[in-house]
Formats: sequence, C-alpha cells, structure tokens
Amino acid sequence: MSEKNLQQYWRDNLRYLAILLSIWFLVSYVFGIFMVDTLNNISVGGAKLGFWFAQQGAIYVFVVLIFVYVNWMNKLDKKYDVDEE
Amino acid sequence: MDVQTWTLIIVGLTFALYIGIAIWARAGSTKEFYVAGGGVHPVANGMATAADWMSAASFISMAGLISFMGYDGAVYLLGWTGGYVLLALLLAPYLRKFGKFTVPDFIGDRYYSNTARTVAVVCALIVSFTYVAGQMRGVGVVFSRFLEVDINNGVFIGMAIVFFYAVLGGMKGITYTQVAQYCVLIFAYMVPAIFISLAMTGNAIPQLGLIGDVTDGTGMALLDKLDVLHQELGFAEYTSGTKSMTDVFAITFALMVGTAGLPHVIVRFFTVPRVKDARSSAGYALLFIAILYTTAPAIAAFARVNLINTVSNKEYAEMPEWFSKWEQTGLIKFDDKNADGRIQYLAAADANELTIDRDIMVLANPEIANLPAWVIALVAAGGLAAALSTAAGLLLVISTSISRDLIKMQIKPDISEKWELRWARIGAFVAVLIAGYFGINPPGFVAAVVALAFGLAAASFFPAIILGIFDKRMNMQGAISGMIVGITIMLWYMLKFKFGIFDGGKEAVAGLKDGWWFGISPEGFGTIAMVFNLVVSLVVSRMTPPPPENVQQIVEDIRVPRGAGAAHDH
Repeated sequence: MSEKNLQQYWRDNLRYLAILLSIWFLVSYVFGIFMVDTLNNISVGGAKLGFWFAQQGAIYVFVVLIFVYVNWMNKLDKKYDVDEE
Repeated sequence: MDVQTWTLIIVGLTFALYIGIAIWARAGSTKEFYVAGGGVHPVANGMATAADWMSAASFISMAGLISFMGYDGAVYLLGWTGGYVLLALLLAPYLRKFGKFTVPDFIGDRYYSNTARTVAVVCALIVSFTYVAGQMRGVGVVFSRFLEVDINNGVFIGMAIVFFYAVLGGMKGITYTQVAQYCVLIFAYMVPAIFISLAMTGNAIPQLGLIGDVTDGTGMALLDKLDVLHQELGFAEYTSGTKSMTDVFAITFALMVGTAGLPHVIVRFFTVPRVKDARSSAGYALLFIAILYTTAPAIAAFARVNLINTVSNKEYAEMPEWFSKWEQTGLIKFDDKNADGRIQYLAAADANELTIDRDIMVLANPEIANLPAWVIALVAAGGLAAALSTAAGLLLVISTSISRDLIKMQIKPDISEKWELRWARIGAFVAVLIAGYFGINPPGFVAAVVALAFGLAAASFFPAIILGIFDKRMNMQGAISGMIVGITIMLWYMLKFKFGIFDGGKEAVAGLKDGWWFGISPEGFGTIAMVFNLVVSLVVSRMTPPPPENVQQIVEDIRVPRGAGAAHDH
C-alpha cells in the first residue's frame, strides 16, 4: 500500500476513535458523574437517570461502542485493502 | 440434602471438570504455553478474558461494596468496564499485530532497550503479585465458610488445583479452563439474583428489577424505598453517595486506565488468530463481563433492602440461622449497647449495634433471601471459579516474565525451547508457592494494595504502550523516564497517604486527608501519576534523538492489520 493511502487509513481510524471515545466520555463521565445531579431530576422506571447511567446505562453503551468499532474497522480495512484475508 | 453436601458435590464436579480440561489442553511448546498457540476463537477468548478479569473481588466483594457505598459504587462499575473500551480501541489490535508474547516484549522492542524491558518486567511483577495474593485469600475464605475446613487447608487445596493446570497447560490449559469457569461463575451469580429479583420486584431480570417497584404492597420504586430506609436510619441517601465529584472522577479514570494496562488482561489478546479477532474478542469480553457488572448493582440494592428489613430493630433472639453462622466467622458482630435485646442498625457510631463485613453480602445473600441449599452451594462454586481463574492468569504472567522476559531475552538468549518451557513451569511453580504463602499469611496491606495495583498499572504501562503506538516520535529516553516518574510518584503518594509511612504510620493516615492533592484519594491518584508520565515522556522525547528507522517501521507496521502472524489450529 502506498504511503499516502496508509496515512489516509490512519487518519480515518483516528477519526473513528475520536467519535467513539467522545461518546465513551459522555455517557460515563458527563452523564454518570459531572451532570449526575441534574439528570437525577429525570427518572427512568423507578431509578434516577444520573444514577442509572452511572450504574447501568454507561456499561450498555460501552458494549455497543466496541461492536460499532469492530464493524467500522472491518469495513475500513477492506476499503484500504489492508484486511487479513 | 444440606448445604454442605450440596457444596461438596458441586465444587467436586467443577474441579473435576477443570482438571479434565487441563489434561486435554496440555501445552507442548513455548508458544502454546505463552499464548495458547495464538489460535483461540474470539468468543472463547472473550469468555476466558471475562473469567480472568472477574476475580474473587468482583464475584464476592463488589456487590457488597456497592451495597454499602450506594451511588459511589459506580467508580468500580464504570472503572472496571470502561477500561475495555480503551483496550479494544487503543491497545488490543495493535499489540496483536505486533505479535509477541508479553507486555515487556512490546516495551523492550518498541523502545529498543533492555532497560525499558526490565522496568516493564518489574512493574508487571509488582502488579501481578499484589493481585494474586488477594485471590488465594478468597479461595481460603470460601473453603472455610462452606466446607468448614480450616482456612489454610482451603488455600492449600486451591494452590494444588491452580498449580496443576497452570503448570501443566500454560496459557492453553488456562484458556479453556477459564471458559468453563466463566460458565460456572456467571450461572452461579445469576441464579440467586434472578430468584431474589423475582421475590422482591416480581421481575425475573435483575437489571429491570433494580428500576422496578417493590412487591410489598406499597407500590414504591425499589430505589426510592431504599432512600427512605437510609434516611430513617441516618445513612446518606443511597442514590447520592458521599465522595467528592473530583475523587469519583479520579478513581473511575484510574481504574479504567489501569484495567487497560494490566498485563494479565493485555496478554489475552495475543492469543487470538487475527487483529480482527483481537478487536471483536474485546467486545465479547466486555459483553460477558457486563452481564455480571450490571447485575451487581441490582444485587447490591436488593441485599441492602433485605438486610435492613431483616435486622433493623428486630429481636436478636429471633434472628435466622445464617445470622449466627456468620457471627461465628466474625464477619457479623452484634453488641447490644442499650441492652434491649433488639438490633439497632444505625449510621451513628455510638448507637449502632451491628457491624457487617461487606464481603459477606454476596455469599450470605441466598441465605438471607431463603433460597434452596443447592443455590447456596452454587455460589460457593462460583466464588471459587472466579478466584481460581484470575489466580491462574496472574501466575502465567509471572512465570512468563521470568522464563521469557528475564531468562530468554536477557540472561541466556541461546536457551533451548525445551529449557525455556521448563523454566516457565518452574516460574509458575515458584509463583504458586509465593502466592500461597501470602494467602496463608496475608500481610495487612493486601486488600489496600489490590486497589492500588490499578494506579500502578495506570501510572506505568498505559502511557508507554499508548505512546508507543500513537506517537511515532516517542523514544527510549522519553518512555523510560515517563514510566519511572509515573510509578515513583504513585508509590510515594500511596506510601504517604495510604500507609502514613512518612508521618508515623497507619494512625496518621486519617489526619493527612487534608493534604490530598486536589482532594484526590490514593485510589484515584493513578490518574494524576499517569498525567505526569505522559508529560515527562513527551517533553523528554522531544529533547532527545528520534527512535531509529527500524523502530519507526515497527510503528508503521502495527498500525495496519494485514500480515499478522499466522496461527495454528488446536
């Protein structure tokens, strides 16, 4: 693969990381910790939303984030022809 | 049948299963011993990682901790799961592509230096030993309570089992026993949780029960009821917690980054065939972990309500059987201060009459909830599976550090494969003995240090690995000085504020709290130490020569999946 393509592949990868890690930060630190008191005014079922994010919601989002990453990267590998087939 | 017979049967069956698997999956080469030949299916690796990861602390202690901490328990829940996102996105695929066997391998090659390799080996040994001692203790506790053997004999039995399959099977053996252990431990965790959730909220799924209403006829939400109970007894509101926001942030972050930097977790991603599999197996690992980690806060809340309802202001003489059983172990203590024969369980220390060890919440929960004997036995088997699987993973890291990172890479590079394998087994044997010793004679600081192992990993490995992948300009000088500064400042903070070494010992610790930097506890200080490491690494590397051409080529190479070493089938 050419030098230029390689750089582009890496830049795309970094962009994906930036998007996914922003969500990672948002659900755990922002929703679960920094804004917990504000979100606690809203409720999900019988739980306060901030508390729920801190003890449940963020974990579900983490799992989804990894599988989204796997999916995006598999496509990206194919697009730049660097996959392992 | 009584609980003890059931426990003997279930624990006996699971042990026979682990040994059977170990014999079937013996390691024949160093590659099989270190990384299971690199041919593990990503789902199997996900399960093995989950079992490796979830220790006696996760299984036995975590729900209990949350039960007493309320909202603050989120530091563990977020910290010990969010790290997998970092692992999957920032570490696992690249380390898999790099294609060697250990974390010191990567550090040593990437920073073209045996000094860096040695620093990494020392960090790996410190982290792993502090961790494994706690596991052996967990094995002893479960044995002594459920089989009524002496706690030391419990440790011996655990040592013998771990020795058998870690030494014989190496990574290949422990991978497949960990798959079995995951199944045992998750089943053992979920069965009582489902029973209790049904009884208390009418919902079979604990995660939904947690946000549901209680079925005692009041129609209140479970968490609201808990807040009311807490208020009546003078405790802080369950859903609010008591730690400062800065500290909650720092601890969570240190645990996340530490998780991603733990050698026994990272090494699991060397065992899959392809880069692609390293990514997805991190996803499976977190999925399997999340099943337990989202159930734990539910168990915590159920157990808390149950406990308060059972004991608060009730006649001591009418306590159920489990109460006196746990009293005998010293984990529950009752002191009738006002001599009214009733149990006053209150937040105020001078009026409170009941002390409960947090560790018993999961183990005693099925009894508190009146579940059948076989469920209680199952929990014992699950606790053992959790402790043994983690201990085995850690022992493997220790033995690999000795045989490969020290002997093969530094002391005797021309060692034959046969002798390297022999050294790996000797290393595992010695590690079992040392771990067993700490299990029998636990130094008072073990429990405290296990939590700090994450801070140490965060302060040392994590930045060195991340920069090694994402910063091509990072060189030997930068990484070594960063690791040394990071781990030193972390150790210093720990010794000063956790052990009070510089101010007259343990008694001084409480008084030093005002001196915490930014109000951050020693448990959360890994975050600060990591920042120190990062800054020092970056500054030093920019003032010293760039890494040689061939090292820059390694960095280019690990960024692209194609060409990861072929694996072999099992």
